[in-house]
Amino acid sequence: MQPVWGWFRWLYDTTGINLTIFYDAFDRSRFASGFWTTVRLSLICIGASIAIGILGALIQTTRLRVARAVVDGYVQAFRNTPPLVQLYFFFFGLNAVLGTLPSRPSLSNVVWAIVSLSLFAGAFNVEIFRSGIEAVPRNTIEAAESLGFSRLQTYFRVVFPLAFRISLPALNNNLVNLVKTTTLAYAIAVPEMLYVSSQIWSDELNVTAMMNVLLICYFFLVGVLVFAMDRLERALKVPGFGA
Amino acid sequence: MSGSAPIDRVLPVLLPAAARTLREAQYERRSGVPTLRLKLSHGVALLVAFALACGIAQAQAGSHSPSILATIWKWTPLLARGFVFNLAISFVAMASGTLAGFFLGFTYISLLPPVRRAGWLVTNFFRNAPWLVLLFYCMFLLPFQVSVFGTTIPIPDWTKATLGLALPVMANVAEVVRGAMQSIPTTQWEAAASLAFNRRQTLWRIIVPQCIKRMLPPWMNLYAILTMSTVLASIVGVNEMMTLTQRALSAEGRAELLLPFYGYVLLWFFVYCYPIARWTIRMEARYAVVQ
Repeated sequence: MQPVWGWFRWLYDTTGINLTIFYDAFDRSRFASGFWTTVRLSLICIGASIAIGILGALIQTTRLRVARAVVDGYVQAFRNTPPLVQLYFFFFGLNAVLGTLPSRPSLSNVVWAIVSLSLFAGAFNVEIFRSGIEAVPRNTIEAAESLGFSRLQTYFRVVFPLAFRISLPALNNNLVNLVKTTTLAYAIAVPEMLYVSSQIWSDELNVTAMMNVLLICYFFLVGVLVFAMDRLERALKVPGFGA
Repeated sequence: MSGSAPIDRVLPVLLPAAARTLREAQYERRSGVPTLRLKLSHGVALLVAFALACGIAQAQAGSHSPSILATIWKWTPLLARGFVFNLAISFVAMASGTLAGFFLGFTYISLLPPVRRAGWLVTNFFRNAPWLVLLFYCMFLLPFQVSVFGTTIPIPDWTKATLGLALPVMANVAEVVRGAMQSIPTTQWEAAASLAFNRRQTLWRIIVPQCIKRMLPPWMNLYAILTMSTVLASIVGVNEMMTLTQRALSAEGRAELLLPFYGYVLLWFFVYCYPIARWTIRMEARYAVVQ
């Protein structure tokens, strides 16, 4: 790899484009760790938010009125407030409240970012999966019941696989939005890509170059996600549905 | 559902709801931001939460310190000034973003392939970049003053923040324009051509007026989202409502004020965004294109 790094130093010497993240070992490791933090944060939040969505949508199909109301309240609260406010609420509000408890449980800012972002995207996912479930024909569910499936079996083996496919386009939108929202973790000093980059550019004074690197990196990440989701959408396509 | 090849006509129709879900997803993908669906009950819930937070804070506060509501009232003029700033940022960003986005959207029907491709690239680049990154981009890369013919014009940081927010607005508006143009039947263009309209006349007198109606609901939704996003400017240190709230909190130095103050800020934003969200839904129903 040495020639590659050397080339970036040459680039700096000849053009003044200072990409320290390539030729400086310290910056390289800093930026790489920031990049992976963003990737990990995105992946964990995607997984957790989908789990929240599946669970929430399941609860909304049950007959437990109180549980339904709780899920509905959660969805409405998280759908309609800015994610930055949610993040502040968890990190500054709830964290402080937890600190007053006798056992003093202390959660790191990374954990709070994961919790907050997962709940934010999860609220949208509940709605997305719920409308997917609504679209499953009533007689399919009746057919499953007549074959002796229990409620849970019907949900996980019949209803949800269909609903998931129907929800994919909307889910795709939401997950892209989630990856973009991970930048907000900057506000509570989670060392993700934006935060690390801001440290690098204040040390090296290469704001322009780092900004462009940052934009390209996010463009790449979102592009990979969109590509993967499109492939998934095509692979899982319900025959005879949609264009 | 695992085999795919032989079952070509399994489930020929799912419920119409499936088609609706798909349509909504496409609509959201086009408008680029989630649709805001505020209801009056949200406001009531917010008010209750605010009252509850105030009550708890009052109970936590010592008897010698001034009451929570009085403290909030004391800071209200300052916070209101911050909120006006939020609105100013949202107005200017929306206006400039719309203007630029409108013309960026036009590149979609350009007769020159390079213009079309460049327009597509710019639109998708700014649509897929996180808003916060674009905000940083403008905050740090624009100079704090420019000199034109010897006179120095300072650029205050809120202008830069406004531009930073205008960029994603531009890309989203461009996509909305694109979608509206796509939804106009080709026959409209052909009919105009047969009536001897030239291309520019067709565009301005026939296509754009029809597009405006279809664009209004997603455009207003975008505005509501943008208004909520102006608090992002607090991260880069613009003196808007969120920044001033944090300053007020640190000036008071009372931990119990945190939740009531943030609840208060949320209420302000709700009161402003609620009518917009309601109006958007009404317009959607009115201008819905029957398919």
